[in-house]
Amino acid sequence: MSWFEKLLPSRIRTDAKTRRTVPEGIWSKCPVCQAVLYRAELERNLYVCPKCSHHTRIPARERLTHFLDNEHQTELDAELTPTDRLKFKDSKKYRDRLNQAQKSTSEQDALIVMRGEVLGVPLVAAAFEFSFMGGSMGTVVGEKFTRAANRAMQDNIPLVCFSASGGARMQEALFSLMQMAKTSAVLTRLHEKSLPFISVLTDPTMGGVSASFAMLGDIHIAEPNALIGFAGPRVIEQTVRETLPEGFQRSEFLLEHGAIDMIVDRRDMRSRIANMLSMLMNLESPLQTDEKEVAAV
Amino acid sequence: MNLNFLDFEQPIAELEAKIDELRYVSNDNEININDEIARLQSKSRELTESIFSNLSSWQISQLARHPQRPYTQDYIDRLFPDFEELHGDRAFADDKAMIGGLARLQGQPVMVIGHQKGRDTKEKISRNFGMPRPEGYRKALRLMKMAETFKVPVLTFIDTPGAYPGVDAEERGQSEAIARNLFEMMRLKTPVICTVIGEGGSGGALAIGVGDAVNMLQYSTYSVISPEGCASILWKSAEKAPEAAEAMGLTAHRLHELGLIEQIISEPLGGAHRDLDGMAQNLSNALLEHLKVLQEQPLDVLLENRYQRFMTFGIGETE
Repeated sequence: MSWFEKLLPSRIRTDAKTRRTVPEGIWSKCPVCQAVLYRAELERNLYVCPKCSHHTRIPARERLTHFLDNEHQTELDAELTPTDRLKFKDSKKYRDRLNQAQKSTSEQDALIVMRGEVLGVPLVAAAFEFSFMGGSMGTVVGEKFTRAANRAMQDNIPLVCFSASGGARMQEALFSLMQMAKTSAVLTRLHEKSLPFISVLTDPTMGGVSASFAMLGDIHIAEPNALIGFAGPRVIEQTVRETLPEGFQRSEFLLEHGAIDMIVDRRDMRSRIANMLSMLMNLESPLQTDEKEVAAV
Repeated sequence: MNLNFLDFEQPIAELEAKIDELRYVSNDNEININDEIARLQSKSRELTESIFSNLSSWQISQLARHPQRPYTQDYIDRLFPDFEELHGDRAFADDKAMIGGLARLQGQPVMVIGHQKGRDTKEKISRNFGMPRPEGYRKALRLMKMAETFKVPVLTFIDTPGAYPGVDAEERGQSEAIARNLFEMMRLKTPVICTVIGEGGSGGALAIGVGDAVNMLQYSTYSVISPEGCASILWKSAEKAPEAAEAMGLTAHRLHELGLIEQIISEPLGGAHRDLDGMAQNLSNALLEHLKVLQEQPLDVLLENRYQRFMTFGIGETE
């Protein structure tokens, strides 16, 4: 103990064992501009870096609660939980992977669905939880998406889905593949009822999810710089044996190639989607004057 | 090692070699060894039966992509003498990994669409190993819409490692092309019969796999990812492909048990490539049978059944 520490009264003396370090998660670092950000502020800013506007991933539940108006939010089919029909086991049991994912995310599976309103426009909204097994689509995700569309048809309101997924869930094998057909199938019915489906592609939207309902929107919106595509960049690199160009499979690349309608900042998502849906549904404009300015940008 | 035989078939290959040797001897000498040949032939058949009665998922995966496995064109040559191939997606190109055209099955007009792999190196490259680009799926869709217009049933033949993972394919919207087919096939106003004849590789297979009946040849496979791909992601080693094949349950037998396919179409002893004519006959019979049933259904019933068929592929009973 140094002479200085001896001078300190014991109640403010701390030894190395009890010294408190900064708790995990108070600060986070923007992966793009490296700015150190106060976590609470980042969350308030919808997980968009206030310094460089990089869109980091946002948990599905927070996505929906922020996207929808505060009133009239109801979660749909929250009780649906996955089963391991194939008794799938790789280096780990599928059952164990599920338990782990459920524990770490507090969600039952990778899709959350809510009915609510956006600036007063009623709709059904779904969002993928990427930290639940990479947002992979298995039977529960397929079923929840299908029920979401069915609910939209029942209430005669639009459907919006925020995708963030690596693709089909391998542990459910061909059942997962069939969810591509199932989710696409239900959209044929929504389409026949002239109800809009807006697909919001967020980072990342790949494989079986991008090759099914996510690319079947009446309107395709992407968040800035999201990775969107069929095959993953690594698989493509291995196939063509060359390094991929900068920005390949990013939102801006998709816009240039005509795959999406627009790129929208997460913080403007509410007003932009409400604006378009109100026109497609032939409703009064939901925008206030100041919001119209945002939409016009 | 005889390359016409897979590693697990080598005992059969050895016996067959012995039979050939004896035949050669019997030509030279006057000694009659026909009895011996007949004995060996029956032994070879028994051996084949015994090996093929107990194949692992991995062995079936190897058969599904056997270098001599019949491809879509081989069935077209045998089943559809009136085949008129139609080319191009009318927007970008003609994708040779996907072929299609008008044909007659026992006199009845049908639209045939299928993946096409190449036999020799040159053809393999021009067919892109049976991996279509977006224009391939868009050509398939164009032909399906034509079939709908002229009220002709659609027969698809699935045989692909998957949709092509390339820069150009991504630029032209591989995802959208596949998704669009799933959407349009679901509501196509004509019967659609899909048959997996070799490899049913993921979304690239499903993009021509939405139909009223989905059948599989006995030794074909259908899965969400290749065994190698699954193994390298989940086991971190492509060498675990046999384990991955087993875990995914990608065989016709297993998928039929799970209620994901309608019918298993039997293959001749030793696999489709050992008796192409026999295989074509079995395939033709199955197609005719399904066609007859489906054509009797009113269109709205047909479409509702197709829709419900896919809706049932969902959450199972709770554990």
